[in-house]
Amino acid sequence: MSLFATTSALWGRLSINELPHDVIMAGGAVTVVGAVFATIALLTITKRWKWLWKEWLTSVDPKKIGIMYIILSTLMLLRGLADVIMMRAQQALASGDAHGILSADHFQQVFSAHGTIMIFFVAMGFMFGLINLVVPLQIGSRDVSFPFLNATSFWLFAAGVVLVNLSLVVGEFSAAGWLAYPPLSELQYSPGTGVDYWIWSLQISGAGSLLAGINFIATILKMRAPGMTLMKMPMFTWSVLGAMTLVVFAFPILTVTLTLLALDRSLGMHFFTSVMGGNPMMYVNLIWAWGHPEVYILILPAFGVFSEVVPTFSRKRLFGYTSMVWAIWAIVFLSFIVWLHHFFTMGAGADVNAFFGIMTMIIAVPTGVKIFNWIFTMYRGRVHFTSPMLWFMGFVVMFTIGGVAGVLMAVPPADFQLHNSLFLVAHFHSMIISGVLFGYFAGLSYWFPKIFGFKLNETLGKLAFWNWLIGFILAFVPLYILGLMGATRRMDHYDASLGWQPLFIVAGVGVMFVIAGVGCQVLQLAYSIWKRNENRDTTGDPWNARTLEWATSSPPPEYNFAVIPDGSSRDALWEQKQNNKPLPKDPLYTDIVVPKNTPYGLFIAGAALAFGFAMIWHILWLGAVAVFALLLAIITRTTSDNTTRVITAKEVKTMEGTQ
Amino acid sequence: MAAIESTNQLSDAQADDRSLFGFWLYLMTDCILFATLFATFVVMRNNTAGGPAGSTLFDLPYVLTETLLLLASSFTAGLSMIALQRQRKRHILGWLAVTFALGAAFLVMELLEFHHLATDGNSWRRSGFLSAYFTLVGTHGLHITVGLLWMGVLAWKLRTQALGQNMVRRLTMLNMFWHFLDIVWIFIFSIVYMIGAL
Repeated sequence: MSLFATTSALWGRLSINELPHDVIMAGGAVTVVGAVFATIALLTITKRWKWLWKEWLTSVDPKKIGIMYIILSTLMLLRGLADVIMMRAQQALASGDAHGILSADHFQQVFSAHGTIMIFFVAMGFMFGLINLVVPLQIGSRDVSFPFLNATSFWLFAAGVVLVNLSLVVGEFSAAGWLAYPPLSELQYSPGTGVDYWIWSLQISGAGSLLAGINFIATILKMRAPGMTLMKMPMFTWSVLGAMTLVVFAFPILTVTLTLLALDRSLGMHFFTSVMGGNPMMYVNLIWAWGHPEVYILILPAFGVFSEVVPTFSRKRLFGYTSMVWAIWAIVFLSFIVWLHHFFTMGAGADVNAFFGIMTMIIAVPTGVKIFNWIFTMYRGRVHFTSPMLWFMGFVVMFTIGGVAGVLMAVPPADFQLHNSLFLVAHFHSMIISGVLFGYFAGLSYWFPKIFGFKLNETLGKLAFWNWLIGFILAFVPLYILGLMGATRRMDHYDASLGWQPLFIVAGVGVMFVIAGVGCQVLQLAYSIWKRNENRDTTGDPWNARTLEWATSSPPPEYNFAVIPDGSSRDALWEQKQNNKPLPKDPLYTDIVVPKNTPYGLFIAGAALAFGFAMIWHILWLGAVAVFALLLAIITRTTSDNTTRVITAKEVKTMEGTQ
Repeated sequence: MAAIESTNQLSDAQADDRSLFGFWLYLMTDCILFATLFATFVVMRNNTAGGPAGSTLFDLPYVLTETLLLLASSFTAGLSMIALQRQRKRHILGWLAVTFALGAAFLVMELLEFHHLATDGNSWRRSGFLSAYFTLVGTHGLHITVGLLWMGVLAWKLRTQALGQNMVRRLTMLNMFWHFLDIVWIFIFSIVYMIGAL
C-alpha cells in the first residue's frame, strides 16, 4: 500500500492539475460536461425527472432496458467516431515535417479509447440492447428469468460508460492500446490514471455482461413458449444462446486478468511485470483466451439477425436450419482453441503455431456454411430489397473478403509478415464493422417497428447504408494496401519518402462518407419520429415475418403476450398465417405476475462506480464507503420478498381492448 | 388453453427451478474464475525470483487443520439442509451457527498464515510465485468471507421470519455455494500446498 500512502488521504491522487490543459483534450472535457448539464437542464425545464425515474431509471422491463442500452451505445458510437476523425486526420496529415494535430501521447490515448469504446460500449451495448428487445418476445415469454438482475447488468454497463467518459474530464485515458499489454500497462511505464480508468470501466461493465449472460441462458432454456423445443427455436435465439454460452465461459477470464493487472498496479504484485518473476506473456495469453471468444460473442448475434432478416425478406424459410445450429456450436467450441493466433510471433514454436493456425482455418468452415445457407435462402426467393437486406448484402461481400484476409493471416509464416501491420487493422475492421455493426444496424431497422410502433424511413435508411458501404471500402481498402507496404498500426507520424500519404488521405475521405452515413441515420431517426403517424404499424407484423415476436402488438404491452402463444413449429407465426388459424375472439385472460420497478439496480451500479473511481484515484475512504453501500444494497434487495405485482385478468382485457 | 396458461404463470416451484438453475450457472462461472487463477498459479509457481519456494514456506499439518475445519463445516451445512427438509427452524439455526463458527475459524487460520508470511518478508510483493499464491488462496478466502456474511444475514432473517418458499430457496443456494467453496479448497490443498510442499 506504499503508493497509497504518498497521496492525500482525502483526495487520493486527485488534484486540480488533473483537469485537461491541451486545447483538443479540453474540447472533449467541455463536450462531456456540457452534454451532462444540457441534459439536466432539459429534464428540469420540461419537468421530466419524475417521469424519467418512474418509467425508465427504475424499470425492470427488458424492452425499456433494451432501449436504454441502445441509446447509450449510440452516444458511444458518436464518441468513438470522434476518435476516428482525430486518428484519420492525424495520419492523413502527419507525414514528413508535418506533425498533425495530436501529440504522440494524445494519439495513443485516442486509439486506446477508440478500441475500448467501440468493442465494450458500442458493440456489446447494441448486442445486449437487441437481445433484451427481441429474445423474450421471440421465445413467447413475458419476461427474462431474472428481471432485477437484468436491470443491474444494464446499470453496471452504464457505470462503465460513465467511467470511460469521466477520463476525458479528470485525469487521462490509457495510452497502452485497447488490450493494455504489460509491461507497458504496468505502473513503471504507465504511472498515471489512464490504465486504471481502462481497468475499472471494463471490470464493472464486464461484471454486468457476465450476469446478463447467465440471465439469458436461463431465460432461453427455461422460459420458452409451450411446444417450442430446442430445435424449433428461432435462429436469433439460437445464436444468442451460443453467444451467452461464450460469455459465461470467457468473461470470468477477463475478470481475473483485469484483477491481476490491478493488483500489480496497486499492491505491487508481480504477475505481469518484467522483473521479480512476473510473466508478461501470461497476460497476453489470458486476455486473448477471453478476447478471441469475445469477437464471436459479438458476431454470433449479428449472424442471428441475418438469419431472421434473410428468410423474412426472401419469403422463404431459412435454408439448412440444422446445419445453422451446428455451425453456431462449432464456432462456440472452436473459438476457445484459436486464441494463440493473436501472437504467433511470441515464439511458442512451430508445433504450437501450426496447431492454432490450422484451428483458425477450420473455424472459417462453419462460418462459410452460414454464408452459403443465407445465400441459398435468397435463391429462388421473392426477395424484397429493404434496408435490412441491403445491410445483409453489404455484409456478405465485405465480411467474406475480411474473412479470407483472416484465413491468410492464420498461416503463421504469413502472419510473421503481417503481424501488427495495418493489414491486420483492416482485417478486423472488416469483421467488426461489416459483420457486427452492419448486422446490428440490420437488426435495429428490422425490429424498430416492433419496439416503437412505427417504421423507420426507408429512403434515408438506404442512403445511410450506401454511405456506410462506400465509406467503409474507401477507409479500409487503403489500409490493406498500406499494411502490405509495411505500415504498422498505431503510428502517429511517418516519413514522407515512404509515399503512404495519398492512401492515408483516401482513408480519411472514406471516414467522411462514414460520417455522412451516421448523419443519415440520425436524420432517419428524427424524420421517422416526426412522420411517425404515417408509418404506424397497426398489425404488429409489418414485414410479413415468421417468428413469434411479430405475434403481439407493436409496441408490445408490458407483459408481452396477453395469451402465451403456441411455439410448436419453426417459424411459428408463419405457420399460423399459412394455416389461417384464427385467433380466438374472446380469449381466456388470466392474472399476470410482473416484477415491480426497483431502483436497486441503479444503487448497486452507483456503488460500483464509486468503488471504481476510488480505486483509480486511490481514495481509500471512498472505496470503503462504496463497498459498504454495495453490500447494503445487495442485502436489502435480496432479502426482500415483496418484488412482484399482479395485473388482473380484467385489467389485461381492458388493455387488450384498447390496442 | 387453461393448461397452456398455467405453465406460464410464475408458480413458486418454477421460480425456484429457474433460480437454482441460474445459481448453478453462476457457480460454473466462478469455477472458470478459479480455473484461471489455478492456471496462473501453476505457470508462476517456479517464478520465485530468488525468494523462497512453497516447500520452505508451507506448514502441511497447519493447512490440514484448516482443511478439516472446512470439511467439517460442509458436513454441518449439510445437516442444516436436513433440518430444513424437516422444517425444524431451531435445528437449522443451530447447524448454521456451527457452520459459521467452523468457517470463521478457517478464515482466522488463513489470515494468521498470511500475516505470518508477510511479516517474515514473504509478502505478495516478493515474487511472481507469492503474488499468485496470495491471490488464489485469498480469492477463496474472500469467497468464504462473503459466504459467512450471507450466512449471518440469512440466519438473522430466519429468526424473525416463517420458513417460506423464498427462505428455503435462499438456504439451498447458500449450501450450494458453501459446498462449491469446499471443492475449490480441495484443489487448493492438493495443487498449492501438497504439490508445493514436495
